[in-house]
Amino acid sequence: MEIDPFIFRLSIFILSIFVGYYVVWSVTPSLHTPLMSVTNAISSVIIVGAIIAALANNDSNVFSTSSSFGYLAITLAAINIFGGFLVTQRMLAMYKKKKKDK
Amino acid sequence: MIISPNLSSIFYLISGVLFILALRGLSSPETSRQGNFFGIIGMLIAITVTFLSVGNYSAGFFYVFIFLLIGGTIGSIIAFKIPMTAMPELVAGFHSLVGLAAVFVAISAFINPEVFNLGFPGNIKIASLIEMSIGAAVGAITFSGSIIAFLKLQGIMSGAPITFKGQHLLNALILISIIVLTYLLCVSQSSNLFWILILVSFLVGFLLIIPIGGADMPVVISMLNSYSGWAAAGIGFTLENTALIITGALVGSSGAILSYIMCKGMNRSFFSVILGGFGATEQTSSSNKNKEQRPVKSGNADDAAFLMKNASSVIIVPGYGMAVAQAQHALREMVDTLKKNDIKVSYAIHPVAGRMPGHMNVLLAEANVPYDEVFELEEINNDFANADVAFVIGANDVTNPVAKTDPQSPIYGMPVLDVEKCKSVLFVKRSLSPGYAGIDNDLFYRENTLMLFADAKKMTEDITKNL
Repeated sequence: MEIDPFIFRLSIFILSIFVGYYVVWSVTPSLHTPLMSVTNAISSVIIVGAIIAALANNDSNVFSTSSSFGYLAITLAAINIFGGFLVTQRMLAMYKKKKKDK
Repeated sequence: MIISPNLSSIFYLISGVLFILALRGLSSPETSRQGNFFGIIGMLIAITVTFLSVGNYSAGFFYVFIFLLIGGTIGSIIAFKIPMTAMPELVAGFHSLVGLAAVFVAISAFINPEVFNLGFPGNIKIASLIEMSIGAAVGAITFSGSIIAFLKLQGIMSGAPITFKGQHLLNALILISIIVLTYLLCVSQSSNLFWILILVSFLVGFLLIIPIGGADMPVVISMLNSYSGWAAAGIGFTLENTALIITGALVGSSGAILSYIMCKGMNRSFFSVILGGFGATEQTSSSNKNKEQRPVKSGNADDAAFLMKNASSVIIVPGYGMAVAQAQHALREMVDTLKKNDIKVSYAIHPVAGRMPGHMNVLLAEANVPYDEVFELEEINNDFANADVAFVIGANDVTNPVAKTDPQSPIYGMPVLDVEKCKSVLFVKRSLSPGYAGIDNDLFYRENTLMLFADAKKMTEDITKNL
């Protein structure tokens, strides 16, 4: 009997939880705020679903209900993607080591 | 269609891996910028591949770009304008957007399931319907919960826990109703049930966060971070998208770990935080009355400068009050002056200092404090006994020795900084009022404590002048 593709996705999901567990424990506590802002940015990869939904219609009906929800989701996710990555970049740029020269 | 589903799946996997590397980079400040770059590349790949795999370049394509541009511009402006002290609010706001985006994607998938190969309206595959409901419900909870967290952090809504009778019972009933609704939805495929499910989930998020007080905000933000991940994963299963599943799992576990660290930092169980109401307000009012008479030594900037000038090592303990007073720059100037006098200075950060994990570290970094002078609780706690002066600025509960001595105290067992072991303690505070936990700080009345009653920023500047 063939294995349901769902099982494969579930495997990816479970293994990713473990990867996440170990990777996040190794994050230094001083970078926990950037960690949150970058996880915000990457979880907005949900934009792929929004794009598919938005592009689903033909020219005659660009603003159908489902496309409109897609556009809204694209806007929200884009705020997060740009905002999240840029603010993380801004924060990380501030972390400096002690200057050795006195 | 320009690229095959198989090829696009491989690209989604690649962007998932790049996201893992983005988090991996955060293990040290040196590699973190590279990590963020990996994250950006991963996002670019995911978006490009989606465009290529849809391959429909009709008028809708134009609008997608317009909305992408609008969102991108808003996001960029926010990212450049936001003051570092407002990071907790910003992150809470961003969580709400992820949650709402998840809800919107779930709605369009429900209305137009053919696009995602999920079946037809009124006849959607059961598995997809369940995944969709989970994504939408968790997304909605994340959205309304984050909005409340945002309002509390902004001070628009009172940080005090809002509790009422039967609250837990109500929450439990609503959670059960979500499960029942999902079941009925699968049976009937009725769109009305789907809308009700989303509305009820919005309500849950709202009810879940209102009983949680200001001091528990670090846990709440981490928890909502986790939820936003699980919502993304739920949508990832619906859309059968690897990048989304991997990211959802990463973010979900990241938020869960942060919540755990924050709970441990407060010695509170996750459930007691969720159930709400820290430091029950009744007992505090009574304990305050009989303690207010105890003698307190207070001094001015001149006294503080004198003590510090004669010290050989100083440990700074910053807290949320420093963020409120925007005192981080003034503080660094004071430390610079101290260092010129060959005084050793380090910073001690409690895990729950501030309103979100790592909040103090970012503020100190903003003020150009090198990160290798900043230490976590475990790293520095033994040094207090050998230090001459502890300078507590804007922190309170995290220094309270009662946590070690009084089993009756609501914060008993919470790991605290051993500030009182220093030869002298300088405590900058506006008044003797208790901190967020609502309990009196025993440190105020110690022999070796000198209270500096003033605004944190002004006091620090005055001390610098007197050094």
